[in-house]
Order: sequence, then C-alpha cells, then structure tokens
Amino acid sequence: MSNRSLSSVVKLSILSVVLAFTSNVYADPVKAAFVYIGPTGDHGWTFAHDQGAKYVKEMMGDDVIITTVESVEENSDSERVITSLARKNDIIFTTSFGYMNPTIKVAKRYPNVKFEHATGYMLEDNVSVYSARFYEGRHVIGKIAGRMTKNNVIGYIASFPIPEVIRGINSAYLAAKSVNPDIEMKIVWVYSWYDPGKEADAANALIAQGADILMQHTDSTAPMTVAEEKGVYAFGQASDMREWGKNAQLTGIIDDWGPYYLERVQAVKDGTWTSTDVFHGVDSGMVKFAPMNKSMPKDVRNEASRAIIDLSMGKIHPFTGPINKQDGSPWLAEGETPPNYPDLLTMDFYVEGIEAKYPN
Amino acid sequence: MIKLIPRVENSTLMVLLSPLLALTLTALSAYLIFIFVLVDIPVSSVFFTLFVEPLIDSYYFSELLVKAAPLMIIGLGLSIGFRAGIWNIGAEGQYVMGGIAGSAVGLYFYNVEALWLLPLMTIAGILGGMFYAGIAAFLRIKYQVNEILVTLMLTYVAVLFLSAMLQGPLRNPSGFNFPESRIFHDSAMLPIIWEGTRLHIGLIVAIILSFVAWFGIKKHMFGMQIKISGSAPRAAKFAGFDDNKTVWYSLLISGGLAGLAGLFEAAGPAGQLTPGLPQFYGFTAIIVAFLARLHPVGVLFSALLIALSYVGGENVQIEYNLPSSITQIFQGMLLFYFLACDILIKYKVILFKT
Repeated sequence: MSNRSLSSVVKLSILSVVLAFTSNVYADPVKAAFVYIGPTGDHGWTFAHDQGAKYVKEMMGDDVIITTVESVEENSDSERVITSLARKNDIIFTTSFGYMNPTIKVAKRYPNVKFEHATGYMLEDNVSVYSARFYEGRHVIGKIAGRMTKNNVIGYIASFPIPEVIRGINSAYLAAKSVNPDIEMKIVWVYSWYDPGKEADAANALIAQGADILMQHTDSTAPMTVAEEKGVYAFGQASDMREWGKNAQLTGIIDDWGPYYLERVQAVKDGTWTSTDVFHGVDSGMVKFAPMNKSMPKDVRNEASRAIIDLSMGKIHPFTGPINKQDGSPWLAEGETPPNYPDLLTMDFYVEGIEAKYPN
Repeated sequence: MIKLIPRVENSTLMVLLSPLLALTLTALSAYLIFIFVLVDIPVSSVFFTLFVEPLIDSYYFSELLVKAAPLMIIGLGLSIGFRAGIWNIGAEGQYVMGGIAGSAVGLYFYNVEALWLLPLMTIAGILGGMFYAGIAAFLRIKYQVNEILVTLMLTYVAVLFLSAMLQGPLRNPSGFNFPESRIFHDSAMLPIIWEGTRLHIGLIVAIILSFVAWFGIKKHMFGMQIKISGSAPRAAKFAGFDDNKTVWYSLLISGGLAGLAGLFEAAGPAGQLTPGLPQFYGFTAIIVAFLARLHPVGVLFSALLIALSYVGGENVQIEYNLPSSITQIFQGMLLFYFLACDILIKYKVILFKT
C-alpha cells in the first residue's frame, strides 16, 4: 500500500513538473527573436520591422527579452540562424518571404516554439503568417502621382516579380490612371530587396526616360536621394524617408508592425497564442502614411486623405471592376472586387494599360 | 625608407608556422578591437562564442562542417587552376550553373524514386559547371580573351539565368508564383551522414577528392605540368607542355568542382532551388585556396577556419547583438596577416636612410 501511494506521489510530482514545463503561461520574460533580411539601418523594410521590435520592448519592458539578427541571406544560412534562435526563444518572427521553407522545417523540429512568418503562405500549428495590404498604400500614392506628374510618366523601381510586388504595381497604376488617363508607367526590375547602387541606377535610368515621379518597392533610401538631387518627386517606402528627400518625398507608405508584434508576444506570455493568417491594411493601422508634403496643392492632399479615410472604412477597394488583364482578357466585372485567394495572393499579370512587358 | 629584398632560402619552419601566426595575430587584433568597441560585454565570452563554441557544441559543429563542405570542394578546384596560373575568379557562376543543371534533372524526374537519380543529378551538376568554365577556356584559347574577366562577368549572367529559370520552367507550379522550385523528393536529396543534423555526404566527397588531387598532383605528369606552367611558363613551353591543355584542364576541373558544390548545396541543406543559391561560396573559396597555399589537403583546413568565422560570427551577432560585418572583418584580417607573413618569409625587410 505504502509502495503504491509512494509511486502515485512520484507520478503526481512528475506530472506537475511536466505540467510546469508545458503550461503556456510564462512567469519568466518571454524571449522573442526577429530575423531580418537587410541591415536595420536600411530605413526601409527591415528598419520598419526593427521599429516594431523596439515597440514591443518599450511596451513590455522587463517582460520580454528581444534578440535581432540582421542581414540574414535567404539561403541555407537562414535555417541555421532560425534553429539557433529556436533553441533559446519562445517566439520567432522571420520577416522575409524567402525564410518560408526554413521556418517550416525548423518549426517541425521545435514544436513548442512559436513562429511568425511574414508574407508567406505556409501555416502550421506553431507557424502563423502575417502580411499587410501594401497595395492599399499604393492606391493612395498612385492617386497623388497621377495628379502631380507633369510628363505623365511614373517610374517604378521593383524588386522581384512576386505577387506582392505585382499587386503594388497594378494598384498604383489603376489609381493613377483613374485621375489621369494619359498616365504611363515605366518599370525597372533590380532583382534585389536591398541594393543601394542598383536602386540608384534604376532611379537615374527612369528619370532619363522621362519619369518625373518615382515609386519604389525596394528597401534603401537611394532612389529618394536621387529624386532629391534630380528635382523629381518620390514616395517613402516602408518608413518615412523625409530625411533623404525633403522636397522629393510627397508622402510615404509606412509599415507599422509594432501593435501586431506586441499582440503576438503578449499572447505567448498569456498562453493564448494560436496559429493565425493575418492580412491587415489601412483599417487596422498596419499600413500608415508619412506626412503629406506641404508643396502639394491642397486639392491633391484632400483627395489623398479622402482615399485613406475610405480605405480605412472599407468603402473602397483598390481593385474594383471593371478591370481587364494586360492582354485584354476580362478579370473583374463591373463593381466586382477580387478575393484574397487566389486572385490577390497569386497575382501574376499586369492590368490593362500597363505597357511594360511582364517579366517572365 | 623600407626595402624588400628576396631571401636566398625560405625557412620551411616558418612556411608551416605562418598560418598559425596569422591566426594568432588576427585573434590579438580582434581582442584589441573588442576592448575598445565593447563596453559592457566581457571580451573573453565574446571570444568563446566566436572561436570555441562552434567547435564544442555538437549542433554548431555540424553546421560548421555543412558550411565548410562547399568551400572545400570549390577551393580544391581553384587551388589546382591557380597553381597553373589560370585565374578562375568566377567559380560562383559555375557553382550556380551546376546547381541549376543538377536541380533541373532532379525536378524533371520529380516523381521518380530511384537510386540512379542522385548520381545523375551529380553528373549534370558537374557538367553544368564544366560547360560554364569551358566558355572561358574556349575564349582564352581561341581569342586570347582574359579568363579573369570572362569568368567574373559570367557570374552575373549565371545569377540572372537562375532567376529567369525560377520565374519560368523550374518554378514550383503550386507555389503561388513565388520564384522557388519545388522541394526535392527524398531520393533527390543527399544522404545525411550525421543523424539529426544537416551534415551530408558532401563532406566525405570533399575529403576523398582532396586526397585524390594531392596524389594526382604528386604522381601524375599533369601535376608537374600545371606547376611548371604556373611558376615558369617559358620553361613549360621548352619542356613541350601543351599550353592549351593546361588551360582546358584547369578551367574544366575547377568549373566541374564548383558545379558539384552548387548541386550539393541545392540537393543538401537547401533541398530546393531558390534565388538564394549563390551565397558567395565561389568567391570565399578564393581565400580558402590561398590560405591553404594552394595545397589540396590544406584546403580542408582553411575551409574549416573560414566556416568557423561564419558560424562564430553569426552566433556573436545572435548572443551579443554585434553587427553582421564582424565576420567579414575577421576574414579580411586573417587574409591580410597571412599574406603579410608570406611576404616576410620570402623577403627581408631592410630599413635605410635616403
């Protein structure tokens, strides 16, 4: 009898120890890690994520310990970095598309660690995906560009022909065209997310081809610097780039990841984290705007503000039919808006009116 | 003023010791830099993370070997070519082409599960690299075009070709148009030689190849030929060695090995073809080859050393939030000290007044 009770005491204590380890509520500080594609000083994509990480630290203080790793290439190195982090952290944010497969692989080996992958599409029980509807931001700057250009030529510096970038191009073009039917868009692909040299070359090439307003889907401030020098307009990307283009920057699309990161890290602390698929836009504040340049005419500023308000209230959708594809085939009927999947998430065509050849 | 005068005889002892000396000097300089840069972090623990932990933690050690394997294979090929005075600077491009060619075979037989698949991919990888380096050999022999320029420039072409392939024929058909291939089937993946890690058979291949190359250079006539062609081209001509053959062999061997490394990377740690395939291995291997004094077996050790700087540098970044450029600083210092030591072995320094 005593033997049996002893064994049940042992069992009980083992159970409680196991429970203490698997229970999801954290008494200790949550350890959160961030993997970045570029340097935190890019003042673009990575900078914005790093601001988010700093926001979490600011809000949670001693309840969180944050580790960041910058300039992690999207190759087999990233799997090692993510694994090293998984050994010591509770939640890991991998902030570039190319980290998707490594994130999934590591997540399978570390089922107790939570993973958050930005801009991907693969979910697991311990892997969430999150992204923002940047194309809503492109809609607003498209309208401004359509009004502000004198040559009717917009120059677009694009990174990789993936759906996210294509959505941005189409959205900006449609918005610009809606206020200026003569608009033309020239696109240069630099095949890099962060390469100040190539980005500046692309900016110069576009200006030489007559573009007097630049948009970029790359992460450095180089195009903004070129725009300022050459006296053309541009838009900040991912963060406010006013410092590099006092006169050039009309506004900028700002990625505000802070509140989302705080929510997710807090959820780990509270033990309420579950795998989710988030695609937020202007309405939730994930996409914001830099202050409008005072040099813009008042009606242009008002029109842009109007669009921002309408987007945030869900009154308008940047892709509202009728819209045809570049080859003339119909995409959306009158008044129709596209579903996230497959139309938006797999977009691989230009809309009608864009003359550039689709990269293939 | 300072003048360098060639020594009559080089000290063998110093030739052997200089890599160690360079390493010590690098460590010392790093220590001094850290003392000034790091205020509230103990320098010794940073040093531990940087140089020791990757060697004693089994996970990091396996990763160190994963990182070293391609450097060994490419460095080996380059060391042979450099001996002959053939400067293949674009191993990176041949690595990418090998990766594409081998992966294309793997993806073509996507649904096939067979033992012959991996060997076939390997051959395709080697041929891809050979073909790409062969362009430089052809242009050099036929039109006297400098192989440094051709191989280097073709690297950019290879990277763009990779991106074109991943936008087109090799793209994962169910991958939402993202530029990545499918994930390889099990029988298209390299066997793992250390359970629970990513360490693949490439390491064993690298070791075997380096010993084969060592004996080849020692025993085979071709070894003599490339050595003399490199150090005394006129003598090689008088000896009746075929210049063109040296060019062809040097470039085909280094290109083929770079291609092999590219395929191993795709079918090994990556497990698919992605735009991230090129990762500077081809260029880093140049440092590897020179650190090893172009010795085929020495390449194994210098590759480990460079891999250590990568893995350790990464850990330092993770643990202490130091910038990622720290790895590059170490590699740069190491090469600098090594070359400086070499100069001092070969030359006497004489100070004199003007």
